[in-house]
Amino acid sequence: MYRYDAYDQKLVDERVAQFRDQMRRHLAGELSDDEFRPVRLQNGLYIQRHAPMFRVSIPYGHLASRQLRKLAELARTYDKGYVHFTTRQNVQFNWSPLEVIPEMCAELAKVEMHSIQTSGNCIRNFTSDPFAGVAGDELIDPRPWAEILRQWATFHPEFAYLPRKFKIAVNGAKEDRAVIQVHDIGLDLKKNDAGEIGFRILVGGGLGRTPIIGREIESFIPWQHIITYCEAILRVYNRYGRRDNSFKARIKILVSALGIDEFRWQVREEWAHVKDGPNTLTVEEVHRVADFFEDPAYEALPADDVGYHHHIAEDLAFASWVKRNVRAHKKPGYASVVLSLKKPGVPPGDITSEQLELVADWADRFSFGEARVTHEQNLVFADVKKSELHTLWQLARKAGLATPNIGLLTDIICCPGGDFCSLANAKSIPIAAAIQERFDDLDYLHDVGDIEINISGCMNACGHHHVGHIGILGVDKNGEEWYQVTIGGSQGNNAAIGKVIGPSFARAEMPDVISELIETYIQERHEDELFIDTVRRIGLDPFKTRVYADRQPHRKVANV
Amino acid sequence: MSKVIKNGRIVNDDWQILTVAEGEEAAALDVPAGRVIVPLATWLARRDELAARGDVGVWFAGNEGPEALADDIGHVAVIAVSFPKFVDGRGYSTAALLRTRYGYTGQLIAFGEVLRDQFNYLTRCGFDTLQPREGRYTDAQLDAAVASLADFTEPYQASVLHPQPLFRRVARVGVKA
Repeated sequence: MYRYDAYDQKLVDERVAQFRDQMRRHLAGELSDDEFRPVRLQNGLYIQRHAPMFRVSIPYGHLASRQLRKLAELARTYDKGYVHFTTRQNVQFNWSPLEVIPEMCAELAKVEMHSIQTSGNCIRNFTSDPFAGVAGDELIDPRPWAEILRQWATFHPEFAYLPRKFKIAVNGAKEDRAVIQVHDIGLDLKKNDAGEIGFRILVGGGLGRTPIIGREIESFIPWQHIITYCEAILRVYNRYGRRDNSFKARIKILVSALGIDEFRWQVREEWAHVKDGPNTLTVEEVHRVADFFEDPAYEALPADDVGYHHHIAEDLAFASWVKRNVRAHKKPGYASVVLSLKKPGVPPGDITSEQLELVADWADRFSFGEARVTHEQNLVFADVKKSELHTLWQLARKAGLATPNIGLLTDIICCPGGDFCSLANAKSIPIAAAIQERFDDLDYLHDVGDIEINISGCMNACGHHHVGHIGILGVDKNGEEWYQVTIGGSQGNNAAIGKVIGPSFARAEMPDVISELIETYIQERHEDELFIDTVRRIGLDPFKTRVYADRQPHRKVANV
Repeated sequence: MSKVIKNGRIVNDDWQILTVAEGEEAAALDVPAGRVIVPLATWLARRDELAARGDVGVWFAGNEGPEALADDIGHVAVIAVSFPKFVDGRGYSTAALLRTRYGYTGQLIAFGEVLRDQFNYLTRCGFDTLQPREGRYTDAQLDAAVASLADFTEPYQASVLHPQPLFRRVARVGVKA
């Protein structure tokens, strides 16, 4: 993984000093709330419902064991002993007092971490494929490119006060695991016919109030030009994006208003001036960064491990975990493991300090000292020997981190919602908990198979509800919490925005609604057909009919 | 006379920035003698007259870009860019374009809602003069703010102040663990 040199470290240290002084001035009354707001946001600090929320960056989701231990220590010292992993591969503290945040930044800097640009109207953390470097379908490792672009975007003086936030994701595999289609810029690494590396570039995707799938602005931009091209996009957006209405300020609105062809023309016009300029990437710089992402020292192992197969045959619980939580690896004898942070009864994405320290120990023992965060809010060990999977599983199970539910109905993506977030219209964690409680039969979950339920507490869509096979959105109706349901959304190569099935529901109804959607699927599905494919084949109507049939007023009366 | 930070030093600046009052025509603005900075619209309407004086500058509003002044860059005495709100980042691009595309090498003033927490980014985009709102900062605060110009000593990316990105400025050697 990438390691700081003296330049990286100095910049982060200088940021800590800067923020320390800004916090001091704010507490002394020299920096008003309004003037402090963008400053604190660009250091990941929100003022929340109960306490400040502090968001720390995990560039493209990579964490070293010493970083996991630092997060554990900070959560214990300055928070309530747990952290929350987010859908953008970041991590959040929920209860740290305002005045200690600079100290937390200083502690993070000791392990090459920071909270820079994790919020605010600037270029945010770069997200990528959690299985980068180990996935069988990878064409080009996205991590060096994400790191190069991270450096370009960090403290970029021209793009710190954009009309609105700006999110970029990078994918390098056949299957898109970075949801690039719903980012402001989605970068898809590919090779052209001559075998040269470059990027297909999508622009103007996003969720939130106006969900839009990104459109292709370029089918191939050679790698040398990726910074100058991004700079051209950002400059056009900074100059011409709307600033009169924050709900219409994202780049997707500008792209829609101009049309992709006109927008492309404006970007190319700008690019013509900056192309081949100093920001053109050099082979040396790409090699310097790429060197950090070379394969770890894999052992030469047989593809199959006898003991591993023995355990699968003997131990049903282990077999069930392997089926859901273990993924194939490009190297013989290795596998990737997903540690579920979706144990029923625990808010999705939450993990305690004790668990973080165990994960750090296991990372050191089983996976070259590294772990990764997924946008589905789980953790990954990318490189585990098959022969050690059973040992790891036993340890993880004891720690409550081996729920065998990856990709299943209870592997819910969920924002912190109204329990924490001041933007939320409704709570989201209790909805996730109620659904997890309803579907507690593992055999049934396995029978239902792959399905993604995504929950957001408001239309800002941190829970990515639009791209959930079932999406749940908290809405406010006259001060009451209601929930709107969409189906048919999906991430990946066939990303789609879900469609609303009808009027929203009270919180207590939600487990029933999900049950009825699932029962409709089971009734209608063809053999081996997944929920999303059934929805695509038969449309919304059968689901609507079933869900709303029991909810008509006269039926309710009749049932009393 | 306002206190400004010019090339890293606190100085008194005697440029007078003219604004158009409500109901007033930009073209009909009364432009007094002495060092004045007029709105872009005034300059464009009375270009020859104002350019001949040699002591008239132009300022851009947030929604105005340097394209409009492309042919006159060599004829203006000074250029200023207004920041109507400190979170309105268009002026950063205006400055960068003036410096890198339109060849402007003269004094470039950021005025309006210009805050010390933005000084570093403003100078890196090419502003050499920072003019916070009158009375916004005490002398002591302004003194302290000068130090913030150097908040980031070796930034990653190319900008007006650092025309080469870090990867071209220095030899970076990986320190693999």
